Amino acid sequence: MTTQKNQSLPDRIWKFFASVTLAIILIAALALTSIVGTIIEQNAGYEKNIKVLSTFVGESLAPAAYKLFDALGFMNMYHSWWFLTLLSLFALNLTICSIDRLPRIWKLVTDPMIPLKENVLRNLGIRKEFAVSAPAEQVQEVTQKVLKSHGFTSGTSQEDEGASQVYGQKGSYSRLGVYVVHASILIIFVGAIIGGMFGFKGGLNLPEGESSEVVYQYGSGNQIPLGFAVKCNWYETEFYGGSDQPKLFKSELSVFENGQEVLRKWIRVNDPLVYKGVTFYQSSYGPISSPREGFFVFTATTPGATGETVWARKNQPFQIPGTDIQATVVDFSPALTTNRQSGQLFTYTSSMNNPAVKMQFTRNGEPVLKPGWIWKRYPQTGKLAEGITLEFNHYWGAQFTGLQVRKDPGVWLVYLGCTLMSIALFVAFFMSHKKVWVRVVPDRKQTKILLGASAHKNRHSFEKAVDKMVSEMIGKSEGGNQ
Amino acid sequence: MSSSDLFNLSTFAYIAAMIAYLSYLVFRKNGIGLVATGITILGFLAQTAAIVVRWQESYIQWMRFSPDTSFLLAVSRSAPLRNLYESLVFFIWSMIIIYLIIEFVYKNRSLGAFVTPIAGLALAFIEMSGMSKDISPLVPALQSNWLIAHVLISFFGYGAFAVSYATANMHLILETDDKKSPSHIFWAFTFAAFLWCLLIMMAKMSMYPPVISPDGREVPGTPPASFWFAGAAVYFVLVGLVYRFGLSLKKVFRFFALSTDVLDDITYKAIAVGFPLLSLGIITGAIWADSAWGTYWSWDPKETWSLITWFVYALYLHSRLMRGWKGRKTAVLSLIGFISVIFTYLGVNLLLSGLHSYGGG
Repeated sequence: MTTQKNQSLPDRIWKFFASVTLAIILIAALALTSIVGTIIEQNAGYEKNIKVLSTFVGESLAPAAYKLFDALGFMNMYHSWWFLTLLSLFALNLTICSIDRLPRIWKLVTDPMIPLKENVLRNLGIRKEFAVSAPAEQVQEVTQKVLKSHGFTSGTSQEDEGASQVYGQKGSYSRLGVYVVHASILIIFVGAIIGGMFGFKGGLNLPEGESSEVVYQYGSGNQIPLGFAVKCNWYETEFYGGSDQPKLFKSELSVFENGQEVLRKWIRVNDPLVYKGVTFYQSSYGPISSPREGFFVFTATTPGATGETVWARKNQPFQIPGTDIQATVVDFSPALTTNRQSGQLFTYTSSMNNPAVKMQFTRNGEPVLKPGWIWKRYPQTGKLAEGITLEFNHYWGAQFTGLQVRKDPGVWLVYLGCTLMSIALFVAFFMSHKKVWVRVVPDRKQTKILLGASAHKNRHSFEKAVDKMVSEMIGKSEGGNQ
Repeated sequence: MSSSDLFNLSTFAYIAAMIAYLSYLVFRKNGIGLVATGITILGFLAQTAAIVVRWQESYIQWMRFSPDTSFLLAVSRSAPLRNLYESLVFFIWSMIIIYLIIEFVYKNRSLGAFVTPIAGLALAFIEMSGMSKDISPLVPALQSNWLIAHVLISFFGYGAFAVSYATANMHLILETDDKKSPSHIFWAFTFAAFLWCLLIMMAKMSMYPPVISPDGREVPGTPPASFWFAGAAVYFVLVGLVYRFGLSLKKVFRFFALSTDVLDDITYKAIAVGFPLLSLGIITGAIWADSAWGTYWSWDPKETWSLITWFVYALYLHSRLMRGWKGRKTAVLSLIGFISVIFTYLGVNLLLSGLHSYGGG
């Protein structure tokens, strides 16, 4: 960068922000500083990061290092003033740099092609010289056709001594590809800013059967009113076969407006519920911390009833539909299994991986059937005597579903930016502005041809295309003659 | 043949291809070159078949658990791209296909002597390590149609970058005459980092394998501090070895018909292919994260490192295309870029935490 004396201050500021050097410095700075936030866990709290710091600087220095890092914004660095400043400078650089170059590029894109002098033609990157035994007019016509069939616009001009020039170009707009990439980055930035300003990101733990009209913002914990109520009807984890490996986390949610149910949907990871611009994602689950009594849900198939659902409470006898038998849930385990050595039953985890209920049955006050455990995972354990099957489906009301709730009015801009960028990157790297000039000179019975061509990128592959065009020209000119 | 037989066949084929490529470089006989290419293609086909067989096995498993799934959905949900083992195999597969394309386009086999040993040794390494080769059903977060697109695109990008790394490194070696020159020291450090990542991953996998938590998640093993101290020592030993013996590679390269200009050109072309793919990989990842968690960008270490990688290659492109940098300077940037790729792919899972815990150790 050479600064001239007669440059005004605004000019110099403009030049500064339009420079590639600044772009290189900013990109390098963003890359380097971003590393910090991947090593120090972001928003993780004092305890966790003190531990990380101790391994680097020792326990005695760790608190001081924490203070320093915290003052520098390292604990939430991607939202710190200096990182945001870097991003803003990057955006400014991108904008001004593009605006600065655009007029020149626009001229290259829109300028009509003009015929070239022979000596200029001979200096082009790609040159082919050959002769065909066909009249010049025919060669000219064939050349135009070949150019057209390869997607080139074409023009002709006459020169002295019967010589003429056919020329054409294609892909001139591909020169803009890189600027569209730049613009798409800015569009994504704008989308992110709109989302940050007018949207929110929060969480909500909803126990089965409960509803809420607010969600809690991440970080601050502030209540955000939804303007409607969302209720969790059911939460369930499905497992693969007989294993403890989760296959599906799913919740059935309902949306209520003025007490009226307006929407009901099963959500799962990768398949959220959207209502009035607010999206509810399945993000976690867990047992309700304060223990409370839920309902045991059974399906009964008996000689007198097929597939009837029964909801029961612990220690409260209920009648098995279609029979005169009273059943009672006397015990429950969220994850019951058998110890391989002792053969004793025990609960192996507090999360509801393998729930089971212990049942007792009476008829007229007398114990009947066989008391014992029924597992949800093993429906055959519900096969009782007398043709009665009691399937244990669910322990309802003991778990909550963890929802991530998001409103982002800027996300469509982010998606638009991403789409534009995908297309523009392809254009920028794999398409080029290609030009061809063909000088046709009659030479006794022959016609001499001088072809010159240029591409602003990927010249090697264009040369192959030119070779193909040349052989087509020769073939068509001479073939038409026979 | 079972998928592991086919994997072994492809491992042997890649190692045999390395010998063939090296003899081609020494004897310069076209016939030997054709044999080398043939063996590589054979290995590639065997590996492809192995992946297909594995895919079929996991398709059967998926259908056993969810018999009511449509054919297409089941095929997409059983794609063998679920854990570190499968992703490494696929990484090698993409590297080989990208190499074969380059060999075909450039009509030059010299690079084969570099790529096939990496593929063969890496496959052998994977086979010998304690890495879990089980066909495990897909965890809920990975049950998305974005999985295949995201992984496929990212890995073709990684493969292209791997090629650019190989050519840029050869470039630096060819331009170095003196062990004390900064570029020799630089590539010794980066090449050692590359080797170290592979070694330490294998060591961690076999010595501290991941455990399955009660809720079914695979939790990476946690080696003690002494493991990492030993690891750091190993790194410096590797740096020393590469520093000491690196220059003798130059003698090997004398056989190569590659000029630094051609190497520079291939480096650029590979990055020109890799960069849009990396961008698309980041974009598909963001869209997937948005549909799964409601955040298209959360600055988790994997995301951030992919962005850092993107910045480094953006730097390469701008300095080369706008500033006219060439040769050694851009080769150095390309090396930094690939180290960043390796860190994004393996280092983050190895050393840092984040949402992307499935694909890692």
